[in-house]
Amino acid sequence: MARSEPRTLFRKIWDAHVVSPETADTPAVLYADLHLVHEVTSPQAFAALRGRGIRVRQPGRTVATMDHSTPTTVRPGSGRFAVEDPQCAAQLAELETNCAEFGIELHKLGSEGQGIVHVIGPELGLTQPGMTVVCGDSHTSTHGAFGAFAFGIGTSEVAHVLATQSLLQREPRTLEVRITGALRPGVTAKDLALAVVSRLGVAGGAGQVIEYTGSAIRALSMEGRMTVCNMSIEAGARAGMVAPDDTTFEYLANRPRAPRGEAWDRALLRWRTLPTDAEAVYHRTVSIDADALEPTITFGTNPGMSAPVTGVVPDPGALGDGAQRGALDRALRYMGLRPGQPLLGHPIDVVFIGSCTNSRIEDLRDAAAIFRGRHVSPRVRALVVPGSARVKRAAEAEGLDRVFREAGAEWREPGCSMCIAMNGDQLQPGESAVSTSNRNFEGRQGPSGRTFLASPATAAAAAVAGAIADPRRLS
Amino acid sequence: MTGLQPFRRLESQTVVLARPDIDTDQIIPARFLKGTTRDGLGKHLFAGWRYDEQGRPRPEFPLNRAAARGAQVLVAGANFGCGSSREHAPWALLDYGFRAVISSSIADIFRSNALKNGLLPVAVDAGTHEVLLSLAQARVIIDLESCSLSFDDARVSFAIDPFSRRCMLDGVDELGFLLRQDEAIAAHERREGADGSAPGRRPEAGALEAACDG
Repeated sequence: MARSEPRTLFRKIWDAHVVSPETADTPAVLYADLHLVHEVTSPQAFAALRGRGIRVRQPGRTVATMDHSTPTTVRPGSGRFAVEDPQCAAQLAELETNCAEFGIELHKLGSEGQGIVHVIGPELGLTQPGMTVVCGDSHTSTHGAFGAFAFGIGTSEVAHVLATQSLLQREPRTLEVRITGALRPGVTAKDLALAVVSRLGVAGGAGQVIEYTGSAIRALSMEGRMTVCNMSIEAGARAGMVAPDDTTFEYLANRPRAPRGEAWDRALLRWRTLPTDAEAVYHRTVSIDADALEPTITFGTNPGMSAPVTGVVPDPGALGDGAQRGALDRALRYMGLRPGQPLLGHPIDVVFIGSCTNSRIEDLRDAAAIFRGRHVSPRVRALVVPGSARVKRAAEAEGLDRVFREAGAEWREPGCSMCIAMNGDQLQPGESAVSTSNRNFEGRQGPSGRTFLASPATAAAAAVAGAIADPRRLS
Repeated sequence: MTGLQPFRRLESQTVVLARPDIDTDQIIPARFLKGTTRDGLGKHLFAGWRYDEQGRPRPEFPLNRAAARGAQVLVAGANFGCGSSREHAPWALLDYGFRAVISSSIADIFRSNALKNGLLPVAVDAGTHEVLLSLAQARVIIDLESCSLSFDDARVSFAIDPFSRRCMLDGVDELGFLLRQDEAIAAHERREGADGSAPGRRPEAGALEAACDG
């Protein structure tokens, strides 16, 4: 193709990673620069390699961590982790065996680099602009915040990448989500992410890669951009991305795995060529006015069902589409909500602050700002779970752990925890939780548990109030 | 994962789950992802809907009805398989006995995972979808050679990526094809390697390693 043709950020990365182009009969072979691995979606892939007698093609481009099923408490006295569930213990042991056998770097439970896969990639500086990043986890879209093409894959594809460092892909279409204006005080990247999913719908991004553009995106920190890109999959999108700029470069400079010296200078020159060309065309553009957004919370059983915290529960009867009407009606019954009911004041039992969406240092600062000098409601159990061991140390260096503890919240060890509820951190049947995670599907945080997704500030405000609350009234 | 059961023609009755946006957490809840093999997941398929708190089958759930026994084709609401990338979702559907899922749209990662395991995702037009959802059970014939779906007097065609179709018809997985791309992959690596700062390259020196994790 002609190189002078204006291209999008996505297209530039795609073109640079095509090993062999797609034809009518075969998809493109696309090279993966970075492959992140965790314990839950990899055992069967390693077994496939073993079964065929294949080695990992690029162990140096492969990094593993333990996060999904790891405990977030240590055994009293010993300070050591105890994995109570024998299945989880076996899965973690298998990852360790696989990484040792295939020569893969592993950030194991209790090590100083351990953490949620989508938190440690960026904080180590492994995730860089212009890369293709894959992982057997749908929230791999997080890494797109750096101007990378990052997407979740299944276990068969994990095996493909381990064996060949490549994947078979058809080129997706591009969707520009332009966020104009500026977020108002008290409105965060999470509120924006929920608004985007609501606007696009949970299938609205299917077959597309989102590029987030506009003044409100430029104004976001890297943590905020990661939160927005993280939720791209909740709109069904293949990936989400933000063009790299000085905010990106400042975040990356001096990270352990970022280039140094002359290599950094060369990288910077290359990274500056990545943003979408002025004349390039997206397949579709959707605009959202950031000024109109408010703290947002979900009321239903998919991430598209959300409203401003100051709003009311919608009436299924007002929906024209029969399938969607039925889905909303069922969701409200599951959540124990009535149409027309104000969201503010709805009682809750649990608050979970954590997950690959909102467990980074800025998220913890936002929550701490609400908790400082206040106390968690006696009817609420509040968990704060840092995204990584590094985030935990940084938070403790700032004294945030004390703020959480003094407020009556539990300060835990890093991991996915109650977002996916595989490690014993979970809701009891019928309990309602305000969570900073990404999915409010039925049973996601425990069988018959009810999840309200919101920002760290809104979650902390709910913990204090014992009910859904507006964080702007507390800050 | 080397050999798959080839898929050419399937004649089966359907079972209907009409809800839209059925996510992979419903197909197979995360608490059943703790294993290290892909076997035996069928008993946990749709666990939250299929069983009550005591683990007894809920009689009203479509899969639990006597008429659904032996159905190999699931007809589901729009956007089936949204959510997580867990390949345990198609593994569970296959282990239960399904060979195909019909909907008006099927989420990207789920579709990709299904195709790699011999579970055929069939996306049909809205009208056909509506009819199939309304039939508690229909007898359908899915012919992958002609990419057609027939039931009653109707016969519609469906689209599928030609490469995936070939793999399904022949019962071969994609890894073999990728392994045969070795030369092209190596050429790409040489090209990128010529630039010392190519994306994804890790520092070679031990100093930066030490700065990271001990």
